[in-house]
Amino acid sequence: MNSFTYHRATAVEDAVRDHTSHAGAAYIGGGTNLIDLMKENVERPAHLVNVAKLPLAAIENLPDGGLRLGAMATNADTAWHEEVKSRYPLLNQTILAGASPQLRNAATNGGNLMQRTRCLYFYDLATPCNKREPGTGCSAVGGFNRIHAILGASEHCIATHPSDMCVALAALAPTVRVSGPHGERSIAFEDFHRLPGDQPEKDNTLEPGELIVSLDLPAKGFAKHFSYLKLRDRTSYAFALISVAVALELEGSTITDARLALGGVAHKPWRDQEAEQLLIGQPATEETFRRVAAKVVENAQGQGSNDFKIELARRAIVRALKQAAEGSQHAADVFQNSNP
Amino acid sequence: MSTTNYIGKATSRVDGPAKVTGAATYAAEYHLPNMAYAYVVSSPIAKGKITKIHADEVLALPGVVQVFSHENVPSVAWLDKKHQDQVAPGGSPFRALQEPDIQFSQQPVALIVADTFELARYAASVLRIEYEEEKHETNLETQRTKGYEPGSGKAGYMPPPPPRGNPDNAWEAAEHRMEAEYVHGTQHHNPMELFSTTVEWRGDGKITAYDKTQGVFNVKNYLVGVFGLKKDDVRVVNEFMGGGFGSGLRPQYSVYLAVLAALELKRSVRLTLTRQQMFSFGHRPHVLQTVKLGTNPDGTLAALQHHALHETSHFEDYTENIVNWSGMLYQCDNVKLGYQLAKLDVFTPLDMRAPGAASGTIGLEIAMDEMAYAAGLDPLEFRLRNYADRDQNQDKPFSSKKLRDCYQQGAAKFGWEKRSQEPRSMREGKMLVGWGIAGGVWDATQQKSAAKASISADGKLTVLSGSGENGAGTYTIMTQIAAETLGLPLEAVTYKLGDTDQPEAPLQGGSWTAASVGTAIQSVCQDLAAKILKLAQKQDDSPLQDASFEDVEFVNGQIRLRADHHQAVVLRDVLQASGEAKVEADGSTMPNMLKQQQYSLHSHNAVFVEVKVDEDLGTVHVTRVVNAIAAGRILNLKTARSQVLGSVVWGIGAALMEETVMDHKFGRYMNHNFAEYHVPVNADIHDIDVIFVDEEDDVVNPLGVKGIGEVGMLGVAAAVANAIHHATGKRVRDLPITIDKLL
Repeated sequence: MNSFTYHRATAVEDAVRDHTSHAGAAYIGGGTNLIDLMKENVERPAHLVNVAKLPLAAIENLPDGGLRLGAMATNADTAWHEEVKSRYPLLNQTILAGASPQLRNAATNGGNLMQRTRCLYFYDLATPCNKREPGTGCSAVGGFNRIHAILGASEHCIATHPSDMCVALAALAPTVRVSGPHGERSIAFEDFHRLPGDQPEKDNTLEPGELIVSLDLPAKGFAKHFSYLKLRDRTSYAFALISVAVALELEGSTITDARLALGGVAHKPWRDQEAEQLLIGQPATEETFRRVAAKVVENAQGQGSNDFKIELARRAIVRALKQAAEGSQHAADVFQNSNP
Repeated sequence: MSTTNYIGKATSRVDGPAKVTGAATYAAEYHLPNMAYAYVVSSPIAKGKITKIHADEVLALPGVVQVFSHENVPSVAWLDKKHQDQVAPGGSPFRALQEPDIQFSQQPVALIVADTFELARYAASVLRIEYEEEKHETNLETQRTKGYEPGSGKAGYMPPPPPRGNPDNAWEAAEHRMEAEYVHGTQHHNPMELFSTTVEWRGDGKITAYDKTQGVFNVKNYLVGVFGLKKDDVRVVNEFMGGGFGSGLRPQYSVYLAVLAALELKRSVRLTLTRQQMFSFGHRPHVLQTVKLGTNPDGTLAALQHHALHETSHFEDYTENIVNWSGMLYQCDNVKLGYQLAKLDVFTPLDMRAPGAASGTIGLEIAMDEMAYAAGLDPLEFRLRNYADRDQNQDKPFSSKKLRDCYQQGAAKFGWEKRSQEPRSMREGKMLVGWGIAGGVWDATQQKSAAKASISADGKLTVLSGSGENGAGTYTIMTQIAAETLGLPLEAVTYKLGDTDQPEAPLQGGSWTAASVGTAIQSVCQDLAAKILKLAQKQDDSPLQDASFEDVEFVNGQIRLRADHHQAVVLRDVLQASGEAKVEADGSTMPNMLKQQQYSLHSHNAVFVEVKVDEDLGTVHVTRVVNAIAAGRILNLKTARSQVLGSVVWGIGAALMEETVMDHKFGRYMNHNFAEYHVPVNADIHDIDVIFVDEEDDVVNPLGVKGIGEVGMLGVAAAVANAIHHATGKRVRDLPITIDKLL
């Protein structure tokens, strides 16, 4: 049988120690992705460290005015938390745009960052995949790549990161606190996920044995002007072809601060700080938005069946910026996000 | 029948409580002592040969019972005929594990049998198989010039009728003309329930196969033929089904492998396919259609040409009726229909809900919309001007055809008269609004069917006929028919199906179950009633003494004179007084061919669709659908409506999202899971109205039913495409219409 050993960790130190002392170990939280991958034989951990019961489920205010999201808080509990709803509505919207209620009830915040690509070739052992088996080649290049990357890809991998929640996080820029064999450290969210380069098997910058313990959101939540626009092949329960998270601060009609991140376009949640700088100080007009959108996709590269995503991204950015500026996230499209 | 107590009424499913409480047992839920578990190993390549199977490595795992492959499987029947089930197309049916050759990706190449499911699955994941790959061809686009006309191999396949009139000249000379190609991709049935078979080894070569199938008799005959078994040694059972949609019409390789393992191991075996493996067999074929239409100055059709080319496997000529409907739905004297196949390295396609017609109406009905616009006519008005009062394909009158009522009632309910003709002329806020219409025609068929009815002294009626219940409501409508015929409460009637020990019923497909099995059940219940009347008349002082069967009626647990309802006896009293423990009747019914062959027998529908399109983003929402259906008598308004709702949902999916995508580099379907093979979710579905127009028909069968399993799906996808054109001015001819096609 597909044997693996199993340990239910009681404390963070216990989890890290147990993980470090077992070759081929993997942490398991809600298991909503890992179990799938194990069934498909994409992942074959020899040892599972269950971290779901660790005391990391709290969502609490931080002294600097920020909010700490425990790594083991479920996506559902996070989305519906009063502080999240009132201070970080963008986060609430993105979480609810993903998966299904059942999955969000099981999936954890830490696990959301750790989910792996939905690339069809990554999932199918009959086809070569550099991410699954380094050095075998990328089947998506020249293949069916409708859901694949247009930004930051490499010849070795054109997979995308599938998370919605992480697109909001890219915009809100929390710190990822991790605990590992060498103690605790903090990783800026921007630096947590990585581009494929010539090591597509590595999704993120975690060191072996490191465990996410919390996401510490800064105080600024952009609660007034925000938007998450997710475009997909059906209204719910589908991964984003393109998604755009926008957070703005306005004085009158002038943009004073801006965040812009995209999902479904790259190996990592794609925050564009250059575009943000182009927005700041400008009037919140369609003309500004068009200029910025064009800038974001300036270096985008299609792969054939995903060529349309360049134009779609451009349009989605303009729409999301408009919605955020108008504060009309909910009114803009009666179908979008109303049925997560 | 003078009164109707049950037939036609909206009746909740009699099997509903069993389904929602888990009491209903499905094929993979039979637990047998000492049962082994089988798991299929699927080929990663599309074409080539197996050169080596390292079975010894997994046989060494404790608990692995056997690894079956072409190396050790006993040979089965040699003749193709023995492998051909009732609906097999022409050719040589696929025989799993007989040869080392690989004919399609995901072909079963080995079967692992182990003491537990988990072990079998694990062993399958580590079994090393070496292949010699050969060049495959899976792309229909490369075969455009290689189409050929198939022979008539498959039951129900009708080659297109010969051309009538002068279709080429008439098209050239037409006042207005259109010509376009329409494409839709491959689709897989994907019922929720995975294909499963539990085989009970009853000793001495006797087996019972609990198999997910739409036809237990078809599977039984197939097993008998393939394995050379004695008829009496094989029983096939399927009492419930988590959806079929045609995928269970033919015996799948899963039942073949499960039975093979049980016979070889002399042990009960269960085999369940994975969701990925549900993409490894029959499917709705990828079709390329060309339609050419021309009109006269008065808006009538001057010419109609419809040609279809679709894929089949190298080993069978799968056929379905795609273009024939086009010669029948509208009045046109100059018609040319063409139909071709092309062979690819794929599994043979398989009938999928409204096979042929669902595809054909995409081509024809989008073309009709295009033609209406070219001729400057409202698309509904255009259809009315070309209404066919006679089936020109067969040159026969319709036994009944209330399509005009469908148009009128559907349009009224939808509010079609408020539509403005110009594309892009209707808006709601920032959204473009579009209204489209389409429709279709489907066969009303009755098949031979047998049934048995038995009533016990306490007045409980049991009716048997080995049909299927794929979720359509078969249990319920048959219970209604039996209760109606004998005037019993529904609770007093038990209908049993899905067992080859029962009288033989046809495959559950073709929308013919209500007509075929329903007629048989009505007939045996009438025979039973006649017997009960005789028992009643044996009693002294019976008020029915001199009555003929036609003089009495069975109502509310009584037998009474039609002319005088006070002259009545209680049915249960009759049974108890008779001294008989039970009274039985059995028999079979056939269509009245003499009567039927004078007519064209068909159901029709008209679908009205509203879409709202966000033009900037290419998103489409189907906000309203009205589907008006003329399908004869409706036996149960509730289950019938549910069936049509399901059809509409599927049609919306076919229009907007559903497609199995092949990577031709690997010759492999890549989105073989429910994350990436998209079917509509609740959020995609809004208002759906179903109208059943009154349609009386005493030709199709004594019940007057035409069946509704398929007709509800016709035209839905085309109506969505037409509505999108009306909203946006964009004519998308390549379905599904995903975001990228509207940017």
